[in-house]
Amino acid sequence: MTIELSDRVKAVPPSGIRRFFEIAEERDDVISLGVGEPDFSTPWAARDAAIASLEQGKTSYTANRGMRELREAIADYAADRFDLGYDPAEEIIVTAGASEAVDLAFRAFVNPGDTVAIAQPSYISYEPGVIFAGGEVLSVRTREEDEFRLTVEALEEAGAGDAEMLVLCYPNNPTGAIMREEHLEPIAEFAREHDLTVLSDEIYAELTYEGEHTSIATLEGMRERTIVFNGFSKAHAMTGLRLGYALGPADAITAMNKIHQYAMLSAPTTAQHAALEALDSCENDVREMVDQYDRRRQFVLSRFREIGMDVFEARGAFYCFPEVPEGFTAEEFAEGVLREEGVAVVPGDVFGVGGEGHLRISYATGLGDLREALARIEAFVADHA
Amino acid sequence: MSEREVLELLRENARYSTADIARMTDLDEDEVEATIEELEAAGVVRGYQAVVDWDKLEDERVRAEVELNVRLDRETGYADIAERLARFPEVKALRLVSGNYDFDMEVEADSIREVSQFVSEKVAPVPEITQTVTHYVMTSYKENGIELGDGDEDDRLSFSP
Repeated sequence: MTIELSDRVKAVPPSGIRRFFEIAEERDDVISLGVGEPDFSTPWAARDAAIASLEQGKTSYTANRGMRELREAIADYAADRFDLGYDPAEEIIVTAGASEAVDLAFRAFVNPGDTVAIAQPSYISYEPGVIFAGGEVLSVRTREEDEFRLTVEALEEAGAGDAEMLVLCYPNNPTGAIMREEHLEPIAEFAREHDLTVLSDEIYAELTYEGEHTSIATLEGMRERTIVFNGFSKAHAMTGLRLGYALGPADAITAMNKIHQYAMLSAPTTAQHAALEALDSCENDVREMVDQYDRRRQFVLSRFREIGMDVFEARGAFYCFPEVPEGFTAEEFAEGVLREEGVAVVPGDVFGVGGEGHLRISYATGLGDLREALARIEAFVADHA
Repeated sequence: MSEREVLELLRENARYSTADIARMTDLDEDEVEATIEELEAAGVVRGYQAVVDWDKLEDERVRAEVELNVRLDRETGYADIAERLARFPEVKALRLVSGNYDFDMEVEADSIREVSQFVSEKVAPVPEITQTVTHYVMTSYKENGIELGDGDEDDRLSFSP
């Protein structure tokens, strides 16, 4: 016999980057700009705290919602850094990566048949998450002429007013777009008017260049309808430690915790100790990494312009999103540059509507490799001009 | 402001080309070049040198940290002694420090004998110097902010979401 798969699982196609993996495996000189995680190691103080916690035998479960001390530190951090005020006792849950928190939210708030509007291009996990929860995905296209910000026109055009939920990710993976307060205001108004629950994935909040990140939850009337997601993977270079959190109204967080306590029990304890130290003493490490990303960002944007590929001025995360030259689809370009030049990039289509004709370029890679990768892309473009 | 940024990048890697520095800072190449010239002219940037891991080379290179105590008098200040010592090419660094001794001197030569001779014949006899303590460097783990270990391989997957 074969095990019968659920319809929900069958409804989700296999990941679009799988095929590229296999091509990359065949060569040993690949420089990857396809990586969605920092090239830095976790700041030493945080690693050291994790090691010390292991030495002290702190290896049991924690409270379902995470160690009280850590939730308090997160509350202080969110308040100081982003003006987000949440009660550590009831309005914060610590999860195994922000991804778990997003999944909990879909499962806690989406009923079968509910419509979830997703601003795209976006991180690849939202769409499957909605489908696994039994919801229907409504793609809302963001456009390069708007610097990939979500607009009310795009929401209206997609019919998002009839949706139950809206998912946003700014600073954005894969485009590097950010939304400032004045851009978020009309979206907040739309959400209030149409009574939408908003999931705001702000995992890249620290990686905002030129100005400060604004959370949509800080806008009038938004706190009660928004869940904010953040975590330690990107800003604190802790991807493998799997630690994130969600901030939201008490009843919503309690509902998410109901699933979390059965599915996960508690987020990894060692990682919680690392995170506590990260918030306590690693602010300078974060600043230093952000400075590095910013320099690389400017370097990469300059190089694409020199090569003659159109690229909008990405101001967040560690991605930029250039257009492929005429005569290529994104997939053809990505496959060609990988096979011929050994540079791995991700075709924009993978990230949903609006991604076609673009490449996601991650600059979470040292400058030496970036320089070489861009030279190879330049050669590839010249060869096919 | 641009001065600070350029300086930071040079300190990170003095071999960055002016074109790359321009790309990273959003300045023109001409501006970068002018900024570097100003930094050099003002004596802020005094030189550019390679950071070397001597353990990776065949030739021996001996380095020592030497603590110096001095006695000053009306005619002789720290600067006078320092000037005299700094002229020796064997002295790679010389700093006045707080604590149990006065000067912290880095000495480099081809052999232990050379370093010892230098300290005993050239440094110790200086009349103001009352005491020297020589520490030979056995292994270096980090120089100028650069760790000298074998480095970490990038073991990230070539694609991740």
